[in-house]
Amino acid sequence: MKAFLILEDGTVFTGTSIGVQKEVISEIVFNTSMTGYLEVLTDPSYAGQAVTMTYPLIGNYGICYQDMESEQAWPDGFIVRELSRRSSNFRREDDLETFLVQQGIPGIAGIDTRALTKILREKGTMNGMITTREISDLGEVLPQIKEYSPKGVVRRVTCKEKRTFVPGELGSEEVPVKKKAALMDFGTKKNIVRSLLNRGCEVTVYPAYTQAEEILGDKPDGIMLSNGPGDPKECVEIIEEIKKLSASSVPIFAICLGHQLMALASGADTHKMKYGHRGANHPVKDLETGRVYLSSQNHGYVVDEAAFDKEKAEISFRNVNDGTVEGVRYRGKKIFTVQFHPEACAGPLDSAFLFDKFIEMM
Amino acid sequence: MPKRSDIKKVLVIGSGPIVIGQAAEFDYAGTQACRSLKEEGVEVVLINSNPATIMTDKDIADKVYIEPLTVDVVKKVILKERPDSVLPTLGGQAGLNIGMELEECGFLKENHVRLIGTTSLTIKKAEDRLEFKNTMEKIGEPIAASTVVTEVEAAVAFADEIGYPVVIRPAYTLGGSGGGIAHDREELEDICANGLRLSRVGQCLIERCIAGWKEIEYEVMRDSAGNCITVCNMENIDPVGVHTGDSIVVAPSQTLADKEYQMLRTSALNIITELNITGGCNVQYALKPDSFEYCVIEVNPRVSRSSALASKATGYPIAKVAAKIALGYTLDEIPNAITKKTYASFEPALDYCVVKIPRLPFDKFIMAKRTLTTQMKATGEVMSICTNFEGALMKALRSLEQHVDSLESLGVYDGFDREMMEEELHKVDDRRIFAIAEALRMGIAMEEIHEITQIDLWFIDKIAVLVEMEDRLKKEELTEELLREAKRIEFPDAVIARLSGKAEAEVKKMRCDLGITAAFKMVDTCAAEFAASTPYYYSCFGSENEVSGEKTRKRIMVLGSGPIRIGQGIEFDYCSVHSVWAFSKKGYETIIVNNNPETVSTDFDIADKLYFEPLTPEDVENIVRLEKPDGAVVQFGGQTAIKLTQALMEMGVKILGTSAKDVDAAEDRELFDEILEECCIPRPAGKTVFTTEEALKAANELGYPVLVRPSYVLGGQGMQIAVSDEDVREFMAIINRYAQEHPILVDKYLMGKEVEVDAVCDGTDIVIPGIMEHVERAGIHSGDSISVYPAQNISEKMQRVIVDYTGKLAKSLHVIGLINIQFIVYQDEVYVIEVNPRSSRTVPYISKVTGIPIVDLASHVILGETLRDLGYTPGLQPLSKYIAIKMPVFSFEKIRGADVNLGPEMKSTGECLGISEHFNEALYKAFLGSGVSLPKHKKMIITVKDADKLEAVEIARRFKKFGYEIFATKGTAKVLNEHGILAIPIHKIEQEAPTLMDLLLDHQIDLVIDIPNQGLEKAKDGFLIRRTAIETGVTVLTSLDTANALITSLENEKEEEHELTVIDIAAVK
Repeated sequence: MKAFLILEDGTVFTGTSIGVQKEVISEIVFNTSMTGYLEVLTDPSYAGQAVTMTYPLIGNYGICYQDMESEQAWPDGFIVRELSRRSSNFRREDDLETFLVQQGIPGIAGIDTRALTKILREKGTMNGMITTREISDLGEVLPQIKEYSPKGVVRRVTCKEKRTFVPGELGSEEVPVKKKAALMDFGTKKNIVRSLLNRGCEVTVYPAYTQAEEILGDKPDGIMLSNGPGDPKECVEIIEEIKKLSASSVPIFAICLGHQLMALASGADTHKMKYGHRGANHPVKDLETGRVYLSSQNHGYVVDEAAFDKEKAEISFRNVNDGTVEGVRYRGKKIFTVQFHPEACAGPLDSAFLFDKFIEMM
Repeated sequence: MPKRSDIKKVLVIGSGPIVIGQAAEFDYAGTQACRSLKEEGVEVVLINSNPATIMTDKDIADKVYIEPLTVDVVKKVILKERPDSVLPTLGGQAGLNIGMELEECGFLKENHVRLIGTTSLTIKKAEDRLEFKNTMEKIGEPIAASTVVTEVEAAVAFADEIGYPVVIRPAYTLGGSGGGIAHDREELEDICANGLRLSRVGQCLIERCIAGWKEIEYEVMRDSAGNCITVCNMENIDPVGVHTGDSIVVAPSQTLADKEYQMLRTSALNIITELNITGGCNVQYALKPDSFEYCVIEVNPRVSRSSALASKATGYPIAKVAAKIALGYTLDEIPNAITKKTYASFEPALDYCVVKIPRLPFDKFIMAKRTLTTQMKATGEVMSICTNFEGALMKALRSLEQHVDSLESLGVYDGFDREMMEEELHKVDDRRIFAIAEALRMGIAMEEIHEITQIDLWFIDKIAVLVEMEDRLKKEELTEELLREAKRIEFPDAVIARLSGKAEAEVKKMRCDLGITAAFKMVDTCAAEFAASTPYYYSCFGSENEVSGEKTRKRIMVLGSGPIRIGQGIEFDYCSVHSVWAFSKKGYETIIVNNNPETVSTDFDIADKLYFEPLTPEDVENIVRLEKPDGAVVQFGGQTAIKLTQALMEMGVKILGTSAKDVDAAEDRELFDEILEECCIPRPAGKTVFTTEEALKAANELGYPVLVRPSYVLGGQGMQIAVSDEDVREFMAIINRYAQEHPILVDKYLMGKEVEVDAVCDGTDIVIPGIMEHVERAGIHSGDSISVYPAQNISEKMQRVIVDYTGKLAKSLHVIGLINIQFIVYQDEVYVIEVNPRSSRTVPYISKVTGIPIVDLASHVILGETLRDLGYTPGLQPLSKYIAIKMPVFSFEKIRGADVNLGPEMKSTGECLGISEHFNEALYKAFLGSGVSLPKHKKMIITVKDADKLEAVEIARRFKKFGYEIFATKGTAKVLNEHGILAIPIHKIEQEAPTLMDLLLDHQIDLVIDIPNQGLEKAKDGFLIRRTAIETGVTVLTSLDTANALITSLENEKEEEHELTVIDIAAVK
């Protein structure tokens, strides 16, 4: 069946419908990872967005459920050039198409994803509609498409109640428990939890809107702020709680949205990037050692360097390509945050040592 | 870390002559690295014995030594030039081995020279089997259970312990020389004994057989600060068991989930870190298809064929970055030349699929075994880029130029039933992909095919997509939808037409009417994430075109020469690149079209625009429609480009230089005869024929021996000397395996001196840089002959005739640009045997030794300048101060079953040069550079056909005098003994032991001189002796002229060894 992707600038791509046939309006973003489509689909940070994969052949190795980064798929839509009709891998349990249907995600295949990517790169991230309806008058839908804005996404993706995991769960190694970690779930990926479990932490995952007092009352040895979707400035209440957490002496390590929220909590600012960083090949430089690591990234907002109080904190990582802030260390506190994803999935495992660093701080 | 200030002068070691396993990729890497070093203000001294390379040009390095690549010669260059550093990682295994020997013997330290780019410890850890094993064990990286042996008994004991089959890998050999898989004790003893002999250190690794696992490669880079990245990973479609150089390879990997991808990536980075590599490195893995278990197969701590492929597949210039790292830069300081926004510490993201297919030489060695093993056999490769796998595969297939335009065109399975096809699937050879397609057509289940071949189902399904399309085209009406889909997966118009029963023009028209045209996309390293301006393009269908054909200058299109094969090698890339540079300097915009990932011409900064595309009329037309070139040049790209002339003219593209009509006149026997007659130039009597009957009639009229060959071919493909009717019948059958568009030529064979000339003609005048004389008499292909500049044994009178004929021919053929003519001097007469109005194999070598930039001149002439304008006095140019001897180099040991007997069909893969002010020294250097070294035993076997027995006497006498013990077959021994030369008669193979074979297998023989009868040799005897000799590492000569040259060289060896002088060829004016 024919499907259409209509961008808010009026560009229309015609392709074939994949997944469920459902009309959606969403923010269209692109990801340059060549592998890891399932991890991308199940990364809660994509809530409120529709993802385009720039690699043209998607679905080749099917679905291995244990690679899911959360319990469900989050994007509003999935855009690929070619969905493999046959998938092959020793762990494969399903086809990607089956998975999309099962998760209720609409999508479009058979379009020139490179042309789409170039539009997003030149004009910036924009909204779009995926539909199987032939729309003769674009004027009818364009205002509606433009109007869309991903709102309240953290509330959608965070867990409903707190839950504690011990090593051995989530496919982690069964190591003795040495530390107790608290994880604020703004849309966490399983591998953040797993990375802590593998290092001997008992991990309690808290819903995003948990009060700081409750978390501190559980006496964790360290607090982790997870990744998550949306505009960090929307999370006003959470920022207030983070201020309280950072006033405590408990070590804090934050990733992605967590990193942005910590920056906002300490008085810095964030802004939306033209088209963000989404992929598995972003080099970040550790300014202390000069070492460069390849990182997995997924963010549309970035910490503003201009509004950054150098007295309170210093930049620890920078993006080699565009020089943007990739990590912050807070002076006089056991707090460090990174914009990229040391838990990888999908992507390189180069910066996984940051979890070790966090454990050492506890 | 910024550039080190203590590196000012660097010696770069090249890889020497092209052999199977070590080819043009090192010219690409070396050229790129030298330019990268020069860009940093470093003085570059280069040594490489291969004159056909671009890296040995004075434009590329400051000092150029085309000298034998031996430790002693490199030492001499170091002492003369006094570089502060040596960079050995760009010359393949040859360069690495020399670098390591220089370091190990203490020479570098003594002379205050350092190795850069790697350390000897790194090389040792990666290359020495035992060290490698220990290193991998230390960091917990799994390798297949293995042991290093120095004798066969130990290998057998180990195999008994871990069970058969086992893999044998000799240490320090290139392209896996001498390796293989043994299924039982007998095979193990055989392969292992051979491997031990070939290994530089007499070691072999015996390991658990992991055949059938997925073979995955990672190209990784690391700098001195310890930063690492992976440039690309690649998946071999052929599972472990086939050498990666002989496998069909796809980039990036297709069947690995992120978990496996990252697992192996992390492993590769751990390995490069532990080995402390600074630069590029290739890591090969075997990945078990049904678990996360993997083994490290091999690590190459240098640039390689795979790194060239990875560079072209991603746009990331590995050699360039490796050179910068060697100077001390870190990855985050080196800008990405493509995006100019990112840095070298960025991992390329691909938004397309790349397929590489090896070019195997079985069309040359028709008797050879086609089986693919861990011993590489391919001479070259093609690469293609498309947005889908099926399309990339189709494009790569037609780039091979092997009479194949789709998966259904092999035609060898006619009449096969299901059972035979299943049998066929078990064969691991170059036809396997066609066999799979045929099996699918027959309805054999994908699972069954997978079971037999172990090729991943994903790939088999892709082949099925192509087979289904064939079927739809045959059965369904050709609708717009069907046509669009067929073009999306890159079915050429000709194939669509054939299958749908339409004319090609009809399909093309339908396509154009419907607007189904090729779109071009950019290779930008970043999947469009950043704006890039690098003009590196590929085509695809069903996409938006992103390349502007807008023109600000006049535009010239240069057609490249496609995959490297025997007969069409790196020299044509040399010519293509130089013409691009010449046109560029004259202010033209240049476009290059080529499909060979190993070459300099497909580097993205050579021409103004690079189209990585198949060289077929349809593919080229797509580019022409967009770019509308003001002219195209076909005379530099070998036969590949010449073949496109007609099609280009039909597209309305002006052919620059010699016109198509005149090219044709040189190939068309009747037209050519007319011209010869007009010019009063004789040629050996001959006739054109089509059928075997006609050929027999012609041969008998001319009288045997005769030369039989197809027209319009390169490298004497299919050319043979026939001495009997039986030969003629056999050769005609071989030639007619493929339908011949053009007639077959039958000529009288004259056994005279062969002479070759390259010249530039501007329509009025000609410039002849020099006359080259072949050491071997006529009958051996010019590419396989030792060639001497200037001619040593041609009288002045004959030389004047040659110059005269060259001028007449060039003018009569209206040559504008290059012409290559081969003559025979026979009984004080000059005969023309072949005229090629295009570049030739000898162009790079004659340019270098005379200092006359022939391609540059030809390019200027093509643009309308005259030779006089360019400052040249027409005619034969004054002699150079140097004598240069071009020595062919063969790769016979790699091709099981290939006959080493030289004849009119070319068999060599590469060449090296000996250059000196003195003939003897030049000859000595040429033999030295080609690797003919005759070890200690001084025992030889001579067997000569009756006609040449007397001639062999003098040569034998000289070998004897030199201290050789001579064994000879009965007849030859008798003649030698009659002439007072002691020769021990030995039995032929079929006679009782001890026979010739026993002698060879005893490893006491250094040299075999075997002069067989011309014609297809019927006696398997000679063939067996020659094969056994080659496979046991013994030098085999099949021409008395070569033997004569060799003994001359040996007689002078002592003197030359001491006095050897090295010559900076960049200083030759």
